[in-house]
Amino acid sequence: MPAPGDAPDGPPSPGGHVDHLNPPGFAQSARAIDGTRSVIWRGLRILWLAVREERRLFALSVFGSALFGLATVASSYVLGEVTQRVIVPSLRDGHAAWGSVVSAALLVFAVGATRAVGMFFRRFAAGVLQYRMQAHYRRRVTRQYLRLPLAWHQRHSTGALLSNANADVEALWAPIAPFPFAVGVVVMLAAAVGLLVATDPLLAAVGFVVFPLVGVLNLTYSRLVSPLFARVQELRAEVSTVAHESFDGALVVKTLGREADETARFRRSAEQLRDAMIRAGRVRGVFDPLMEALPNFGVLAVLVVGAHRIGSADLSVGDLVRVAYLFTLLAFPIRAIGWVISEMPRSVVGWGRVSAVLTAEGEQQFGTEHLAGTGPATLRLDGVGYRYPGPDGAAGGAERPEGDKEAVPAAALADVAFEARPGKVLAVTGRTGAGKSTLVSLLARLVDPDEGTVRVDGADLRDLAAGGVTSAVALVAQQAFLFDDTVRANITLGLDLPDDTVWDALRLAQADRFVEALPGGLDTEVGERGTTLSGGQRQRIALARALVRRPRLLVLDDATSSVDPRVEASILAGLRALGSAGSSTVVVVAHRRATIALADEVVYLESGRVAAHGRHDELLVGSPGYAELLTAYERAAADLEAPAGLDAPRDLGLDTDGPRHGDAFDEEVLS
Amino acid sequence: MTAATPPVSGDERPAADGRPVSTSALPAPAGPIPPQRGAAATAPPGGDAAAGGDAPDVPSAREGLWSTARRLRRLAPQATNGIGVTLLLALIATVGKIVIPLTVQQTLDRGVTGPDGVDLGLVRTAVTIAAVAIVMTAAATYVMNVRLYKVSEGALATLRVRAFRHIHDLSMLTQATQARGGLTARVTTDVDQMSQFLQFGGVMLVVSVGQMIVATVLMLVYSWPLTLLVYVCFVPMVFATRGFQRRLSTRYALVRRRVGDMLGAVSESVVGAHVVRAYGAQRRTATRVDDTVEAYRSAQSRAQVLVAVVFSAGELVSAVALGGVVLLGVSLGVGGHLSTGRLVAFLFLMTLFVMPVQMLTEVLNDGANALAGLRRVLDILDTPSDVRDPAELDVDGDAGGSGSGSGGRDLPPGSLDVTFDQVMFRYRTGPPVLHGIDLRVPPRARVAVVGETGSGKTTIAKLLTRLMDPTEGEVRIGGVPLTEVRFSSLRGRVVMVPQDGFLFDATIADNVRYGRPSATDAEITAAFGRIGLADWLAGLPAGVRTAVGESGGLLSAGERQLVALARAELAGPDLLVLDEATSAVDPATEVRIGQALLELTHGRTSVTIAHRLSTAETADLVLVVDAGRVVQRGTHADLVAQPGVYQRLHSSWSAGIAAL
Repeated sequence: MPAPGDAPDGPPSPGGHVDHLNPPGFAQSARAIDGTRSVIWRGLRILWLAVREERRLFALSVFGSALFGLATVASSYVLGEVTQRVIVPSLRDGHAAWGSVVSAALLVFAVGATRAVGMFFRRFAAGVLQYRMQAHYRRRVTRQYLRLPLAWHQRHSTGALLSNANADVEALWAPIAPFPFAVGVVVMLAAAVGLLVATDPLLAAVGFVVFPLVGVLNLTYSRLVSPLFARVQELRAEVSTVAHESFDGALVVKTLGREADETARFRRSAEQLRDAMIRAGRVRGVFDPLMEALPNFGVLAVLVVGAHRIGSADLSVGDLVRVAYLFTLLAFPIRAIGWVISEMPRSVVGWGRVSAVLTAEGEQQFGTEHLAGTGPATLRLDGVGYRYPGPDGAAGGAERPEGDKEAVPAAALADVAFEARPGKVLAVTGRTGAGKSTLVSLLARLVDPDEGTVRVDGADLRDLAAGGVTSAVALVAQQAFLFDDTVRANITLGLDLPDDTVWDALRLAQADRFVEALPGGLDTEVGERGTTLSGGQRQRIALARALVRRPRLLVLDDATSSVDPRVEASILAGLRALGSAGSSTVVVVAHRRATIALADEVVYLESGRVAAHGRHDELLVGSPGYAELLTAYERAAADLEAPAGLDAPRDLGLDTDGPRHGDAFDEEVLS
Repeated sequence: MTAATPPVSGDERPAADGRPVSTSALPAPAGPIPPQRGAAATAPPGGDAAAGGDAPDVPSAREGLWSTARRLRRLAPQATNGIGVTLLLALIATVGKIVIPLTVQQTLDRGVTGPDGVDLGLVRTAVTIAAVAIVMTAAATYVMNVRLYKVSEGALATLRVRAFRHIHDLSMLTQATQARGGLTARVTTDVDQMSQFLQFGGVMLVVSVGQMIVATVLMLVYSWPLTLLVYVCFVPMVFATRGFQRRLSTRYALVRRRVGDMLGAVSESVVGAHVVRAYGAQRRTATRVDDTVEAYRSAQSRAQVLVAVVFSAGELVSAVALGGVVLLGVSLGVGGHLSTGRLVAFLFLMTLFVMPVQMLTEVLNDGANALAGLRRVLDILDTPSDVRDPAELDVDGDAGGSGSGSGGRDLPPGSLDVTFDQVMFRYRTGPPVLHGIDLRVPPRARVAVVGETGSGKTTIAKLLTRLMDPTEGEVRIGGVPLTEVRFSSLRGRVVMVPQDGFLFDATIADNVRYGRPSATDAEITAAFGRIGLADWLAGLPAGVRTAVGESGGLLSAGERQLVALARAELAGPDLLVLDEATSAVDPATEVRIGQALLELTHGRTSVTIAHRLSTAETADLVLVVDAGRVVQRGTHADLVAQPGVYQRLHSSWSAGIAAL
């Protein structure tokens, strides 16, 4: 089923399958990087990845940076020469050779202009390089999200995955922007040392003291400050967590009058953050003036040594000016090395998170079989068992599909076997945590069973070719998920379907009337997650999305829970007709009796096992657990209705009948 | 009389009443400007004299730097603590920068090219003085840096906490769920951005400006014509930069929009993972993600090109100036107006002058962003809270409360009744939600409010708990107008159990204790027992010490509701306002909730916003709301027998529930 929105550059493949975008040899490089001990070496190896991938941009930015560095050194040389050959003689003699003065000025300008050109290419190419690397890795990470199985998603929180694609990728490539600058600075330093040595060995000695000291200072600073900023990052996250939680729970905070306590809680985090910022600021506060003072001391040393050398006629005034100027010019660019180093710990952490996603394995494998038939399919489960992945999934229960939350991490499903016959409606019910949602995700091959088989028309879902399951089975989940797109696109999801077909599906899902009333009809944008629609409307769009595909097996996971009861009744009637018209086999997870009433057969799950299977009326008699579950609600309603209907107090004064309601409720239902 | 004119909300927006809103887990990057700003700006002025008492002028987007500073000082006074000393240190730090050019000039003019040839003694003296000056400058810079960090971080922490507290007082927090992300950004990213800027650019900004001024002064001392030349070169550049800045901020605005788009697309591939797989929409999703990633990258690159142009243009201008100085300098020197040392020192001074210009262009953009963030925080703090505690009004000497007694009243002891007297409510920019509601709930009655989505049910609950005030009319509880009831009295006696039963990431005990902070674990267990949940509690792995996870995620929706009910029970209110949960839970839990509710409401006045008609069946009084009016009232038995809205709702509901 090729989707029209396919990327033009990709090889033709079914709409459901995407390839990873990792560069060749990525897994090997990743292993090599992870095998490196020191943070700086690891950081350099990571940078090497970018160099290899964007050779030309990197070369351009290093070229710009080196040009800048060489021009900087050259400018001090030129200034020295201009002083010695033009300024000093002209001012001494009181008249100038204007030709040489003009060419001196032009030379000064030319060197400065070269610096500007170098700067442009460095800034431009390094920035573009950084953004390109970010974009590459964002695409790669997201591609993995689309490839990796749902079981993998269940082990990772949404927040973590979003941050992998955004903040972590950003951190990963943070050092790449100043990196070409730093490389250029190395070129510049080499040139500077050459110039110094050529000018005067004693002045060069000053340079050999000052430059390494600047380097050491930079390194020390990076070492000292990076844990402090890591702590700041942590505390920022904490402040943000408290604020999010407190504002999300605003109704509770406000109605219980706990604003002051919440503020105290927030203040604690905010003050910790403040103190951490001040600690980091202290280190920075020492470093900045030192970094500035050091080259200045260099200049002073140059003046003293230079004056001696001029006295002994070993040095010209121009040489002195040149060296002193060089020291003032170099102080700033040398910091670029520090910038790269100080970004490295962050980059390495980002790498760890991003590469974990990129090297994750477990993509669903497809077979080669194709389903031959049309019309309603037979669904058959044999000995199906499923267990949620173990403790490496950080928070266990919190990440399971909606609804199925168990206190004990036992097998979610064990030895489940049943058959749904073509064109029939099969209801699956059970208490919260019985394994219903897990079962449903097996039917659509969102996950594969650990044991046993799920077969549609006799074919194991795992043996079907890519796209085979999605073209036969449609699942509507409990939480309707809508894309930030139009109503039409949310239903077709890229299939080329005529509007009439879409309207038919909407009608069946009882969504036609409200969609007609929307300002843009089918072309109305529903907003992020469908925010502009109500919960019930979202569910009905999601239902239409399934129905429009005329699936051979339709799986509904409590998919009408937010729909108005009146509308739900109509939908159910329509589905019932769908089943009997023989176009789909329907599996429906339900709590409500009305929904279950539609079913030809009911599977009752208890703790992941099929506790009973049969017709509703059979189960009511034969399965005490089922009977209790199904009738609890109704008996409660019936018992309460009786007194309310017969002898409800006409005066609305006091709650004389209140306790009686409670008591009746107690006795009949809960004992 | 003032009591009858409740302070009308300043800036509420029409919220999708009772409609589920985005629960997107996205962090708000750089925070979109919250909608309330726009709403506040378009609010008709002078309409609400009662609220206008201390409402500051609506801050305009183009506020000057100075008035922002004044607002900051008003809201976080310590921002200017010891500013005199800090400025003095800053002066020392910047003056110290001229030491090197000065020493170079002295050495050249008097040390090595003086009339007596090389004078080593003079060079040594000059260098020694310079060394001392450099050490002092460094020390002054250090002290200044630390003082700046301390004061600014202290002020920001204060702002953060004040904004946090203030946001809790704003009704938009509970009304416009979609505004929450923006509000959270006010106390997180906006303040972080400011603090980040102060750490990395702020000090640089202070020193750079000083450095430019000092360099200019000294340049003037050495040679005013050369200084003039430098300024002639740079002034046009500054003007050009302003134009660039404007274009740059447009491009950055685009970058921020593109980040949002990208995060949205990526989150669809994560949050919608099951739908993407179930419908084989991987390629389609991949294309969308790729497109947004590419759009983001291209926006970033376009901004970067501009930055590169601005920077290298600055460098180019300084090359022109440098060449010009050599040319003009030599001609001045030949005329005897300038010494070699002065000319060379001037060239050194130019680096002092050019570097700050470069740095300024670098930090100005961050600075503008940080300032915008700061203004957003200040705007929030200046947004008057619409529902205010009368106990505070008198303390403030607020005109609105002075006529009505001493700082509000307490609710009378015992059972509470509720009266709505001609209550009308409308959101600031919307049509009326409630039209003149009159109702009376006798003490200890169970009342169910039913009606279709959007009929105004939830608004009634919010008015009852004073999450907002009516536009017209009055709500009285226990005979006291709600606007006069002190919050300390109101919050303990009137408790709302919201639909979603929000839980904090803590233990069950901590969450229940939220209703009464002093309660012991035993009292909490007892509270569960009183509403018939002892056995449920006993079934949990660690009883009341069981952790509930983020937003209570380790419990099911129904279980979260149970904890919320226990919380209300422990609070022991006299009036309960229940917004019935709509999410489906399994029948067993639903029965538990039903039973707990009956226990909880026993002997208390309760108003339930009913989404299930089974709740109405057990109520003493049913109010049917339709399009903002109470259209029917009576018992279930009465209403079901009369043709009308209730009968229609009921028949469709029973069709759904009892199709068997």
